This record gives sequence, C-alpha cells and structure tokens, in this order.
Amino acid sequence: MIHFVLLISRQGKVRLTKWYSLYSQKERSKVLRELSGDILSRGPKLCNFVEWRGYKVVYKRYASLYFCMCTNQEDNELEILEIIHHFVEILDRYFGSVCELDLIFNFHKAYYILDEILIAGELQESSKKTVARLIAAQDSLLETAEEQANTISNMIVQATKK
Amino acid sequence: MNPFSSGTRLRDMIRAIRACKTAAEERAVVRKECATIRAAVSENDQDYRHRNLAKLMFIHMLGYPTHFGQMECLKSIASAGFPEKRIGYLGLMLLLDERQEVLMLVTNSLKQDLNHTNQYIVGLALCALGNICSAEMARDLAPEVERLLQFRDPNIRKKAALCSIRIIKKVPDLAENFISPAAALLKEKHHGVLITGVQLCTDLCKVSTEALDYFRKRCTEGLVKVLKDVVNSPYSPEYDMSGITDPFLHIRFLRLLRILGQGDADASDCMNDILAQVATKTEPNKNAGNAILYECVETIMSIEDNSGLRVLAINILGRFLSNRDNNIRYVALNMLMKAIAVDAQAVQRHRATILECVKDSDASIRKRALELIFLLVNESNVKPLTKELIDYLEVSDQEFKEDLTAKICSIVEKFSPEKQWYIDQMLKVLSEAGNFVKDEVWHALIVVISNAPDLHGYTVRALYRAVQTSGEQESLVRVAVWCIGEYGEMLVNNVGMLNIEEPITVTESDAVDVLEIAMKRHTSDITTRAMSLIALLKLSSRFPSCSQRVKEIIVQHKGGLVLELQQRSIEFNSIIERHQNIRPALVERMPVLDEATYSGKRAGSLPPTVSTSTGSSLNLPNGVAKPPAAPLVDLLDLTSDDAPAPSSSDGDFLQDLLGVDLAPIPSLSGTSQAPPSGTDVLLDLLSIGTPPPVQTNPSTPIISSPSQNSQTSVAPLERLSSLSSPLSTQVSSPAGASPIVDLLDGLSPSLSMPDNKAQESNFSGDNNGLVYPSIVAFQSGSLKMMFSFSKPPGNPQTTIIQATFTNMSSNVYTDFIFQAAVPKFVQLHLDPASSNSLPASGNGSVTQKFRVTNSQHGQKPLAMRIRIAYKVNGQDVLEQGQINKFPAGL
Repeated sequence: MIHFVLLISRQGKVRLTKWYSLYSQKERSKVLRELSGDILSRGPKLCNFVEWRGYKVVYKRYASLYFCMCTNQEDNELEILEIIHHFVEILDRYFGSVCELDLIFNFHKAYYILDEILIAGELQESSKKTVARLIAAQDSLLETAEEQANTISNMIVQATKK
Repeated sequence: MNPFSSGTRLRDMIRAIRACKTAAEERAVVRKECATIRAAVSENDQDYRHRNLAKLMFIHMLGYPTHFGQMECLKSIASAGFPEKRIGYLGLMLLLDERQEVLMLVTNSLKQDLNHTNQYIVGLALCALGNICSAEMARDLAPEVERLLQFRDPNIRKKAALCSIRIIKKVPDLAENFISPAAALLKEKHHGVLITGVQLCTDLCKVSTEALDYFRKRCTEGLVKVLKDVVNSPYSPEYDMSGITDPFLHIRFLRLLRILGQGDADASDCMNDILAQVATKTEPNKNAGNAILYECVETIMSIEDNSGLRVLAINILGRFLSNRDNNIRYVALNMLMKAIAVDAQAVQRHRATILECVKDSDASIRKRALELIFLLVNESNVKPLTKELIDYLEVSDQEFKEDLTAKICSIVEKFSPEKQWYIDQMLKVLSEAGNFVKDEVWHALIVVISNAPDLHGYTVRALYRAVQTSGEQESLVRVAVWCIGEYGEMLVNNVGMLNIEEPITVTESDAVDVLEIAMKRHTSDITTRAMSLIALLKLSSRFPSCSQRVKEIIVQHKGGLVLELQQRSIEFNSIIERHQNIRPALVERMPVLDEATYSGKRAGSLPPTVSTSTGSSLNLPNGVAKPPAAPLVDLLDLTSDDAPAPSSSDGDFLQDLLGVDLAPIPSLSGTSQAPPSGTDVLLDLLSIGTPPPVQTNPSTPIISSPSQNSQTSVAPLERLSSLSSPLSTQVSSPAGASPIVDLLDGLSPSLSMPDNKAQESNFSGDNNGLVYPSIVAFQSGSLKMMFSFSKPPGNPQTTIIQATFTNMSSNVYTDFIFQAAVPKFVQLHLDPASSNSLPASGNGSVTQKFRVTNSQHGQKPLAMRIRIAYKVNGQDVLEQGQINKFPAGL
C-alpha cells in the first residue's frame, strides 16, 4: 500500500501531496521536511529507494520534479517505480509534454488525474487510455456546466438590464 | 454584488505568490487572499466558491492554515452540479483528514452521491470515501459500496473494489460481506477491475482467515488460469509498460497466489507451472520485467517447498545481484534476506558479492548489504568477514561508520572463537572508529581483558601501541588508560610475552606520558580524565620512580573546574603525601570482573548492586570461610527487642568505629595484609536491624580493617564510570583519619595512666558529687575490663564510661580491639582506644572512653554486649560477653 505521494521540486518546494494514511498536519510538515532533505541530497546514480522510519520511500526524478511514494517494507519497490512512471506518462499525455509549471498552475488537475490512478493507496487503473478518457469525460462535464452557467448568467444579466 | 468576489483569479494568485521574493512577502499575499476568502465564506458567496476552494487548496499546500475552508467543502459537495462536487470532494480529501469531526457531516452527502444517477458523481464519492473514510463512515456506507461492486460500469466497480479495501481495513468485521462479491470480480476481463479485484481479495485474505480459506479452495485454479492467459496474451499497447503488457496485473496475481500458496501444499502445487513460466519467460531487460521477476521470486520463496523452483529463484537473485542497476541490486539484497531462511547455503555462495555491496557508494545498498552480512556470519566465516569489514571501516564514510562499527562489534562479541582474537578485533575497531563505539562495547571489552590473565601483558602493550597512533579515539584511550593503570608494570617489563609479539621498550615515564596526555587533551571528557586520574594514582604506587611526577600531575588538577576531578585530585594527593603505607593496598589491582554479573547487568536483569558485587568479588579470591552468623546475632540480641541497634546516627557510629580502627594505623605501617572480612564485621554491626547471613571471620582482628575499608572504597571507585555516589566520603576517610591520629598521639600518654583511681576521682570531681562505683565489667582468664562512670553535668541520660583493660597473662596482646553493642533505646559513642597493644603481666593498661545515652533513663537499666579481639603470639583470640550489672541510675 502507498501511504503517501509527494511531488517535490528540486528547490524543495512541495507541488503535490496526497496522504492515504493518517498523518496529522504537524506530522505531514515534518515528513516533508525530513524526506525532501533525504531525497534531494542523494546523488544521481544511486538507487531510487530510501529507507525511512521503517518504511520505504521510492522516488524518481523527472526533470526538476521528484516524484516520491512511501510504501511498506515488504512492497515491491520496482513496481512502485512503474506506478510513478505510469502517473508521469498520463500527466504527460494530458498536459502535452508536462512541465513543472503545468503542475503548479493546474495542481487541481494533477490531483484529479492521481485520483483516477490511485485510491486508498492502491493502483486503480493500468490503462493510460482509460484514465485519459475518464478525465476527459469529467472535464467535458465541467465545460458543459460552465457553458450553461454562462448562458444562464448572461440571461440574468440581460434580464436585469432590461 | 459582493465587492470581494471579483478578486483575483486562481492563476493570478498563484502568479502573485510565485513572484514573491521573500517569505514575508508571500505571507502578506496569502494573508490578503485568505481575508478575501474568509469574507466570501461569511457572505456565503456561491458564485466564486469553486475558485475560492481551489485557492485554499493551493494555500494549504504551501503550509498555511485553512481550517476555515472546511465547511465550504461540505457546502460545495452538497450542491447539485458536478463541477462543485468535484472541487468539493478534492477539497475534502486535501483539507480534512479522518479525525476531523466535520467529516461526519459529509456522510449523508456521500450516501446520496453513491446512489447518484451520474456515474462520475458516484466515482467522486467512491474516491473520497476510499481515501479518507473513518471507521464509522465505513460501517455506515459499506452496504452502498458493496452494491456498487456490481455496478454496470467497470470504472465504478474498480473504484468500489478499492473503496472496499479501505473499509475492511478500518472495520475488519465487515470482511465477510465482501468475500463473494470480490470473488466475482476475479472473473472480469477489464484490467482495472481485475487489478482492483485481485487486490481486494489479497487484503481480504490478510484480515480474515475465512476469506483466505474461501479463496484458496475456490479461486486458486481460476487465478492460475487467468494469470496464464495474461502471461500468454498478445502484446497490447493499451497496457504497455516499456514492452511488458500490464506488469501491475502480473504482480498482483503473483502476490495473491503467494498468500494462497503459503502453508498450503495443494495450492502451492497448483501454481508451480505458472510460476516457472513467469520466472523463465519474463524479459529481464527493463524495470517492469524485473518488477515481475522480483515478485515471482518472492512468491516462490514463500510458498511450499519446490526445490526446482527455488533454484530458479536463487539464480534470478544471483543475476540481480550482479546487475549494474543499483535498484536491482538493492531488491536482490532485500530478497536474499528473506532467502536466508529458505536456503542459507545458496545465499552464502553470494557472500563475496554481498561484501562488495557493503562498500557501495549508495547508502541504501550499503545498509541492506550490511544487514545481510550480519545474518550470514557464523562461526566458520567470522574471521574473514570481520577482517573485510574492519578493513572497510578504514575507508568508509563517516556517517556509515556508526552502523558498521555497531555491527562489527556485535559480530565479534557473538562469534569470537577465542579471547585473543576478540581483543585484537576490538582494538582494531577502537583504533579506527573508537568514537563511534558505544559504552557497553568497551565496558565489555574491559571485562573480557580482566578475565584473560594470560593476555594482560599482551593487551596492555597492544593498547599502548594503538594509543600512540590513534590517540584521538576516545574509547580506545579509555580502555588503554584503564589497562595501563591496572597492568602498567607488565607494559614496562614485557611480562607475559606471546610468541607473536615483538618486544617493545617502554619506560615507566612513557606509560605515565600516555596518562598525562589523556588527562590534558582538550577533547577528553570527564570520564576519560577521571579514569586517567585513577590510573595515575595506581601508577604512582607501582612506579615509585614516577611517584613525584604523578603527584605533580594530580596536583595540577586540584584547582580544576570540574568538581569531581577536583575532589579526586585532592583526595589522591593526600593519599600520596600522607598515606604511603596504605597506598599499595589502596591501589591493588582490580579483582577479576565477573563476566556473568556484567552480562546480566547489561541485559538489565540484575539490579546494579554495586557494593555487594564488589564486596563479594573482593572476598572470593581470599578464600574466606563462611562461619555461621549466629554469634553476631547473639551479640546484638541484647533485649527482647527485635532489632537492637543504635536508634539513630548510624553514620556517626560508623565514623566512630572507623575512628577507633584508624587510630592504630601508624603502628601497623602497612605490614599486615588486610583481612577482607574486617569491613563486613563493621558493616554488620551497623546493619543490626536485619542480621543477614554475612561472611565474618571471628578470628580476624578488626584492627586492620582500615586498609580493608579503604580498599573497598577504592574498588567501587575503579568501577570505571561510577564517579558519583557516596564513595567520596569513604575515600576521604583515610585522609580524614589523620587528625584523629594526631589527636591520639597527643592524648595517649595521659590516657594510658595506669592509676584508675586517680581518674575516677578526677571524673567524680567533675560530676557534681554524683559518684558511681567502678565495676569489673568483664573478666576472663587473663583479661580484665574495668568500667568507671561519670555523668556530664545537666544531662542525666548520658553516661561517660571509661573502660580500662588489663592483661594478666605473660604475653603481649596485639591488635587489640574492643567493640560494644547496646539495645535500641541506648545510643553509643565510642572514642578511640589509647593503644592497640596491651602489655603483659598487668604492666600497664589500655583505656577507651565511650559515651552512652539512655533514652529511657530511669525506666530501663543499661545493658551492653561486648566483644574483644586481639592477638596473642600471632593467634587470633575473640572474647565476648554481656554486661547487665551496671550501677543503678545510669
């Protein structure tokens, strides 16, 4: 099981955090501090696993971002690396060669995508196409709702003008 | 229209925050935004709720408090439209956790949304429930989730499956409801449903044995078949992960099979073929393939024995171990740890490679490898492995040294074949990384050294050499200091040379140099300095030529700022200056430290009984017999009182007894070796309340107890780090004794007046005319004891008794000592005796004055038991008696 997902920039800025196990706000900031120190200081050729408080943190760096997932000792670290890559590929497909700025300004969309990949710290979908389709469907629901709202508000505005 | 709601857009806010150059600026921007959002919240603004929630999430991610937005999430979830619900649920998951009570308010909305006609809204609710539901919510909403496991859309079924995992983890009792719907998911074709369904079954097996039995009996074959299909399915780009079709599905199947096969031969048998197929057919070039292989190996190791498969698995691990990719090597080491239980021999074959991994540049790999090596060590390979590890210690990173040292020490202690090897290895570790060695480790080393008498010389010389080159390693210095203090003469004289040794020339002054350096080095802490100080004292006696120099070093610390050291310096200086005669006895070599006691203490099973352990270890080598305690008890059992003892001022009593004993020191002049039980008798007299079966030697003259007493008090001192404790008072007693001696020297002529009557009249003159007749308190064949009494004015309870001893025999009594015990209601204060030798044939006498205070004066008469010990022609004699016939009115 994945206990949490973190996206940390090379400067140590937090770009996304998702907690599947119980951590209080205080613990969360402590975890972030500890782990960003541990992970950012590791050299490039080293393995992608950090043992931490009896858990294992699997991380992978993509451009300026570190994707980190914390799992139990007995979990398959190599698979977690694949899950990270899966997530990155889906982000890439959605944003069209994703960069850190995309994730900053559209952080909520990154969360929506993550929610289509992981629930309760377990993998939900192995097909990138399915995830993309589900996200697109929900985005289009959003657009239709907005259009409707616009037309209604337009009507109201016009109605009040009269 | 709300004047605030026209505030910045999300994008603008993020931009503004990113443009901030300082933290203060950022705080200002955030504060302003939060104020706007709060205003909007209190206005119940709906138009911009969506945007405000998004902003809040961003602010939350930066680490600012956002609790005021929690209710907004709930409102947003409760609204009808999908966009509001979507952002609302996201906010719920980000801003709240399962502990917040607010969460309970959302249960109803969740229930409605789980039954919503829009499947995306159902999906949102399932996702939120799966990520943050509490046990209570799990109970309330489990039926909805269970129903959704059969929903028409597979994307809802997979979400419901994962949501069920959270529910059964929160409330394991609910597991049985999910067993059969979960089993149904295993027959699905949709990969998402299959992945989540298998995962649900795995977690069900973990929380419920009922589920485990169910799946084992009904699903094992089906799972094997589905996995076979998956493995043999043609390449499908939709599920491609770097050339492998859906590794996630493979891995989950293998994991479930592992749980089903564990401890069940039939199920294990059933999956053998497919495991062999996965193990041989999976492409090991990419990470995804290795992930599957890794999972497969673990399953093979866990299920019931199949030797063919295990060979396959161990080979895969061997391949992993030699892989260039650090990740693969890491998991190989991880897996080998588990493989040890299955096939230790196979793992031993990879020892050399694993040892290389201990030296890897990657900390994670090093740590794993070190733990693995630790498991691989046994009696047969301990020597080469330890050598490798110690060699590596020289070049390893500073931060790794601590782990490495701890492991090496633990290996060496556990498997050392002989003491010399143990000492050698420990010295190497101490020289390389002494600063990382824990205290217990070097304590244990000292115990081992102390217990290896034939290696004392060898060890002290080796330490001397080591400390010359690695003087910066604190624990090495401490061990060296201790050994030089104990075995200094062996260092200088090359005593006990082993064949392998080269003789070294060390002068006495060289040995003192080591201690002086340790004493003066600014990095030495108080423990090292204190140990050096004690070692110096020891050397001052063993190396008379250096005595003066040692004294100078000690004197330098008399003004030290550390109280402990200052006090020791003063005490030691006084020992050197004024007590030459008792010093050799004081600085005797430590008795052999008891290994069993020590290890027991280390394990925490024994209370740290400092005094008893040193006491007994002191006594044992001398082979003192244990006479029954009865005479002692008799001595004390004067009245019907259970615990006849001096009712108060035990300490004074001790001081008095010590005073008595210390008086004759000059005449002893250190010639007699201290009989060890002397102190015990003294202590027994004190611990009257609970007369234990203590070792006493009735024939031992107590007169020589001062040196013994000092010895015991120094012995605990030597106990390495026990620096505080009541020792100081005891240690100082020899020094403090000198005034008494002086006093006595002056007094003795007048006290030893033979004419009792003159004294009697003297006393009676002082006492307002109250005269008590003198009595013959005790008379044996040759010894007579007279008591004469007087009362100090104005204190009727107190009586001053002067005892006069006369020896009628033709032999001189030497080592003469008088002891007395009184009932509980009486206090006794003994002054020193005038002399410790009693001339023969009544030619003179010994007098001793003491004061008794009868707290029940007038109600109970005085009573006393006495004990007199002395030597006649070197023979110990002990006489005892009871005195009841005191004159009335005392």
